[in-house]
Amino acid sequence: MSYAKLTREQIAQRIAQDIPEGTYVNLGIGMPTLVANYLPRDREILLHSENGILGMGPAPAAGQADMDLINAGKEPVTLLTGGAYFHHTDSFAMMRGGHLDICVMGAFQVAAGGDLANWHTGAKDAIPAVGGAMDLAVGAKNVWVMMEHLTKSGESKIVARCTYPLTGIGVVKRIYTDLAVIDVTPRGLVASRLVPGLSFDELQRVTGVPLLPSGARAAA
Amino acid sequence: MIDKIVPSLEAALADVRDGATVLVGGFGGAGVPGELVDALIAQGAKDLVIVNNNAGNAEFGVAALLKAGRVRKIVCSYPRAADSQVFDALYRAGKVELELVPQGTLSERMRAAGAGIAAFFTPTGYGTDLAKGKETRLIDGRGCVLEHALPGDVALIKAERGDRWGNLVYRKSARNFGPTMASAAKCTIAQVYEIVELGALDPEWIVTPGIYVTRVVKVQRSQRTEKAA
Repeated sequence: MSYAKLTREQIAQRIAQDIPEGTYVNLGIGMPTLVANYLPRDREILLHSENGILGMGPAPAAGQADMDLINAGKEPVTLLTGGAYFHHTDSFAMMRGGHLDICVMGAFQVAAGGDLANWHTGAKDAIPAVGGAMDLAVGAKNVWVMMEHLTKSGESKIVARCTYPLTGIGVVKRIYTDLAVIDVTPRGLVASRLVPGLSFDELQRVTGVPLLPSGARAAA
Repeated sequence: MIDKIVPSLEAALADVRDGATVLVGGFGGAGVPGELVDALIAQGAKDLVIVNNNAGNAEFGVAALLKAGRVRKIVCSYPRAADSQVFDALYRAGKVELELVPQGTLSERMRAAGAGIAAFFTPTGYGTDLAKGKETRLIDGRGCVLEHALPGDVALIKAERGDRWGNLVYRKSARNFGPTMASAAKCTIAQVYEIVELGALDPEWIVTPGIYVTRVVKVQRSQRTEKAA
C-alpha cells in the first residue's frame, strides 16, 4: 500500500493541535517555528523566546518591524497584550528551572532512550554553535522533537545510539516525524498516528530501533 | 555628588587595558552597544577576551573588533551565522580562540560572578562534549556539571535611558544580557539614548540599579545602530 509523508506544515499542525490550553511553550529555531502558525486560536498558549519574551506574537505587519523586538532566530516579532520582557538570565531560569511546559526542537538524531543530538554534526570543519539547545533539553518539562523520520539518504534518524554529538541524555519525550508520532516511554518507543496507508510493519522496517504499536491510530 | 555621566565614548573607555575581559551585550541586532564597540576599536586595546552571545555579524560590532585583530578569545554560545564570515575565517585560521558555552550557562556564569557565587552545578550540558574536562556530580540522582563564574573587567551594554546615578531602563528584547553583564563586571559602561533627571525613572520600573553601573554615556539614535549586529 502506498502512503504520503506529511509535509513540514502538516507535522506542525499535528504538534499545534497537541499543545494544551494554558501552557508555556518554546519553539526552537528552524522547522519548529512553523508550529506557531497553527496554534488553535481558541487556546491561550504563551510562547517563550530565549532572548527575554513571554507572550510572543506573530511577525509584524509590513513596515512595522521593530529591531528591539526580535525572536531567537533574530527575526522581528510582536508582543501579545499581557506579554512580558525580562533579561536573559531570567529567561534561561525559566528554561533551566523547569517552568516551560513544552519545547519543540529539531534534531539530527534521537536515540531510543531519549538522547538528543541536534546542535552539531561533529564535522571537523563545522563551526560549533549551541545557543540555548542544551538548556532547553534539560529544562523543559516536555521535550518534543520535530523532524523527518529519515535522512536524505534514507537512514533512520531514530537510532539505538546517537552518532552525532549529544545535546542531552534521556531528555526527549515525544518525536513527531513525517511518518508517525513516537513516544519515548519506559516500555520503549511507542508509535502512533501513522500516516494513512503506512503499516506498522513498514514503519518498523524503516526505523532503526524496535517500535511498539500503540492501540490508538487516530487520523492526522 | 555622584555623577556617572561621562561626556564622550572616548572618556568612557579610556582605561580599558590590553588583555581585558570585556562583556558585550546584545542578542542578534538588539541591545548591541555598537557605538561603544566602535569606540573600543578606536581606543586600541588588544589581546581582549570578548564575552557575547554571538561572535559578530557582518562587519559591525564584535565582528569589527575581530576584524581589527583585537580579540584573543571569544566566549559565546552561538558563533555561527549566515554573516559570521569574519569570525569563521579567523577561527579556521586558528587566529582566535573559542570557548563555546550553552547560552543559559553563559548567562548564569555571569549572574554568578555578579552575585558572589564562585561556581555552580547545572544539568545543562551533562554528558555532552561541552562538559568534557569539567567536574561532574550526581545531585539528587541527576548528572550535573560544575561551571565557574565568568566575571568581566569591563561590560559594554546598551540601555534606553539612564540617570546620573547609573539607574537604567531598557527597551523590549534589547534588554537581553544587559542587566546580568552590568552586575558581572568591575567597570560597567552603559550607552543610552536619553539621560534623564534623578527621579524621572519610576523606581518600581528601574531594571538595573545604579550600583551596578560605573559610567553612562549618551549616544545618538542612528539607523546604523539599529541595523548593526
